[in-house]
Amino acid sequence: MTKKNKPIELEDVVIRFSGDSGDGMQLTGTLFSNTAALLGNDIATFPDYPAEIRAPQGTVGGVSGFQVHFGHARVKTPGDLADVLVAMNPAALKANARWLKPGAMIIIDVDNFTPKNIEKAGYNEDPIKEEKLEDYNVIQAPITSLTKRALEDMGLDMKSVLRSKNMFALGMIYWVFNRPLKFTEDFFKSKFKKKPEIIEANERVLKAGYYYAETIEALHVTYVVKPAEIEKGTYRNINGNTATAWGLIAASEKAGLQLFVGSYPITPATGILEELALRKNLGVITVQAEDEIAGITTSIGASFAGLLAATTTSGPGLALKSEALGLAVITELPLVVVDVQRGGPSTGLPTKTEQSDLMQVLYGRNGESPVAVVAASTPANCFYYAFEAARLALEHMTPVVLMTDGFLANGTEPWKIPAMSDLPEIKPRIVPEGTEDYKPYKRDPETLARGWAIPGTPGLEHRIGGLEKDEISGNVSYDPVNHQVMTNIRAEKVKRIVHDIPALKVDGEQEGDVLLVGWGSTYGHLKSAQEELDKEGKKVGLAHFNYINPLPGNVEDVLRKFKKILVCELNMGQFAGYLRMNFPQFDYHQLNKVQGLPFTVAEIKDAVNNLKEG
Amino acid sequence: MSKETSQEVVYTPKDFKSDQEVRWCPGCGDHAILNSVQRAMSQLGIKKEKYAVISGIGCSSRFPYYMATYGFHGIHGRAAAISTGVKVANPELSVWTITGDGDSLAIGGNHLIHVARRNVDINLLLFNNRIYGLTKGQYSPTSVKGQITKTSPYGTVEPPFNPGELVIGAKGKFFARTIDGNIKLSTEIFTEAARHEGTSVVEVLQNCVIYNNGAYADITDREHKEDRQIILRDGEPMIFGKERDKGLILDREHMKLKVVKIGENGITEKDILVHNSTENNPGLHMMLVNMRWPNYPVALGIIRNVAAPTYDMAVHAQIGKVKESSPIKKMDDLLTSGNTWEVK
Ligand SMILES: Cc1ncc(C[n+]2csc(CCOP(=O)(O)OP(=O)(O)O)c2C)c(N)n1
Ligand code: SF4
Ligand SMILES: [Mg+2]
Repeated sequence: MTKKNKPIELEDVVIRFSGDSGDGMQLTGTLFSNTAALLGNDIATFPDYPAEIRAPQGTVGGVSGFQVHFGHARVKTPGDLADVLVAMNPAALKANARWLKPGAMIIIDVDNFTPKNIEKAGYNEDPIKEEKLEDYNVIQAPITSLTKRALEDMGLDMKSVLRSKNMFALGMIYWVFNRPLKFTEDFFKSKFKKKPEIIEANERVLKAGYYYAETIEALHVTYVVKPAEIEKGTYRNINGNTATAWGLIAASEKAGLQLFVGSYPITPATGILEELALRKNLGVITVQAEDEIAGITTSIGASFAGLLAATTTSGPGLALKSEALGLAVITELPLVVVDVQRGGPSTGLPTKTEQSDLMQVLYGRNGESPVAVVAASTPANCFYYAFEAARLALEHMTPVVLMTDGFLANGTEPWKIPAMSDLPEIKPRIVPEGTEDYKPYKRDPETLARGWAIPGTPGLEHRIGGLEKDEISGNVSYDPVNHQVMTNIRAEKVKRIVHDIPALKVDGEQEGDVLLVGWGSTYGHLKSAQEELDKEGKKVGLAHFNYINPLPGNVEDVLRKFKKILVCELNMGQFAGYLRMNFPQFDYHQLNKVQGLPFTVAEIKDAVNNLKEG
Repeated sequence: MSKETSQEVVYTPKDFKSDQEVRWCPGCGDHAILNSVQRAMSQLGIKKEKYAVISGIGCSSRFPYYMATYGFHGIHGRAAAISTGVKVANPELSVWTITGDGDSLAIGGNHLIHVARRNVDINLLLFNNRIYGLTKGQYSPTSVKGQITKTSPYGTVEPPFNPGELVIGAKGKFFARTIDGNIKLSTEIFTEAARHEGTSVVEVLQNCVIYNNGAYADITDREHKEDRQIILRDGEPMIFGKERDKGLILDREHMKLKVVKIGENGITEKDILVHNSTENNPGLHMMLVNMRWPNYPVALGIIRNVAAPTYDMAVHAQIGKVKESSPIKKMDDLLTSGNTWEVK
């Protein structure tokens, strides 16, 4: 047995776990991330998996990956390139070889590098040679056979045995990075409470991997990544979907209204509905409706009846909801619509990320139909923007769309847990019983929000609906001038939200040559690019948008201060087009990408450098 | 009953009339239905503010504007789904869903079957005029085969839905049928529908004087109606006819209903089927809703009325139960639950 050398200290590390979609790579990555987080590292994760539950085994299309970036410094993205790749088969190597840092460590399960699998993955003979990885730190571990051996006396069926081989890989990684096994063992104990033999099998394999790593020559060096210097407080790991669900519940508690969510499952938004369905303990009502239209219309009904109502979906579902969203606009009811974007059009790339629903969200309805739009920019801040969407909806009596995407939905990061007392109050515009001369469309003069009279309240009986309504009485009106007036009011009401949202802030350079502009989930990558450029002496500013409609009040002032504006987004230029429409006096350069993947920091830096030179 | 009732509230139908001018065509069956609903509501002992009337789009769906209750005029086809949201949000409300044959059986067919399956406690009044009234006369999913309309100038080539068959097939627990002009029967049925806990679907055979006039003339004309309608009442034999000499028996050999004449072939009143709307087995109810003149009289009255747990109550009961046993009582508890760590 080799003696453990003194570990080498690293600032940050990116590990990518990859294998067949049945190999349990998502769990492996999650367990590693949880351990890293509990040890105080800052982390960012990026699960990347195929749309099929069990895609054809051994093919590149069936590869499921989980990337985790953990560090001693602040970690803002899951990382462009990996320091360590775990490849459970040749296809996993094929899919990921181009995402490796030069000289990276590659742990492969040699047992799976059979001629048949090699061919299936599209290699001829020797994948390592063909990928030109000979100089890399390739560790050929017989993971499958050693897993079998570790469990041979347990009498388990072969399926259960093979299912635990991911823990062998995890054990190896734990050794390399000097991580304790405890948190993962605790997980087995609570997860498989009723199956002691599964607990034992997983523990044995995890340890077998750990000790195997300790023994082999190739792995005589280990590494430590010290805890990050992050703000004091209590932390937890959270993904965007859970954070979104929790933000809605927090808003319902603050507003003193029960939360109602009518929804229909769709990737990558389903996690929100699943989390909310668990939260009956906090009084959350979830209705899994018969389709997306029923999802939003049950929610509109609940909003009419006086609850905080939300509906959650992705692009195709939002398309189905568009007519009903118009109904919420004209009836001026509070409603939160969450759009977790994915690659489109149509079914598109269900499990991949994209920001291509912006125009649909802003304009995808019949008629002049303005809605407020906010976008979250990190997994954890989905909590705050979900909360904010609900606050704006309730206080301004309007539907609000919260935009997130697959990258935020599934990605995780440590989150400093807020106390409810830190969050702002929410004051719904409920019309009190006994109000004299109530009229459905009487408005608050400042915000133009109408009063919300809740069915069941004596004396406030009224009718609303999708037909145009008379300005104050709310009676059906076909009067031409009234329609103009109401159209103006609906637009103005959304515009005035600008007085209730923060100004756009610029990171880095406050004026100068280049301003990076982004919105939503690209924040981490843009911020990293801005900081790295800064270190390289290339000063740029970064203006990142969370408020999309209305835009913050100072946008023009910000844009005016830079010679060049580079709008970066994961679509073909929708936000750039939106800015062009609102501020046509400026020139906009674009960086666009639709590959179902986030930007890499390098891509953004290249674009800036090209711009500076050009 | 979940709805708050009180002996003290005394209403007249007028209390339920809004100040809006009723805009249906003169002679439209909808006027009579409005009348019946206002009567039923005034008699139910439910406070006015507890009523919510929700509709889709169509002539029929203008209904909420004419009521002095809470009302919501929705979008085409979605009345049942909006109503589900209202009822689940506040089970204290008495929710009435107003919909047309196009609204509930074409564009909104999905919501109709699912609301019935879930058994949400709403009263859904389906105004069946076998035509699209509001859009001026196109055929609907209940238009009879061959019906000539603006979009079927040579007659439709598709068979219609029978709403009752669909509702019972979707596990519906309450189905009744009435005719617009029979205000007494309609009022009675609407009242029972409101008392039934669960989805109560009432098909109202409604005449559209403009685009499908006389759609039900063969069963409603004074001369023949007693021979062509049968009004089913619980515990009473299924007897009909001007002379009250006809009845229904079950032809066991062919497993179907048969019209017989009392006094002929040794048939006595005792042989006639006795109506039981509370029978859970849908077999006979299905046969009754499917009766069509001229082979059978058309069944009116409450055909099916079976007690079953409602969706809205089940949702709230489950929430109550989970709340009781969970250590997480408020958001702060959730935020700090599970795997957390301290950074010092
Ligand atoms: C999404 C949508 N599609 C189509 C229409 C047009 N439309 C309005 S009412 C209606 C049919 C109404 O028929 P029915 O439900 O039978 O009601 P009736 O007017 O006969 O009472 C149609 C097709 C619409 N308003 N919305
Ligand atoms: S068109 Fe027909 S259904 Fe519509 S109001 Fe006139 S008569 Fe009634
Ligand atoms: Mg109709």
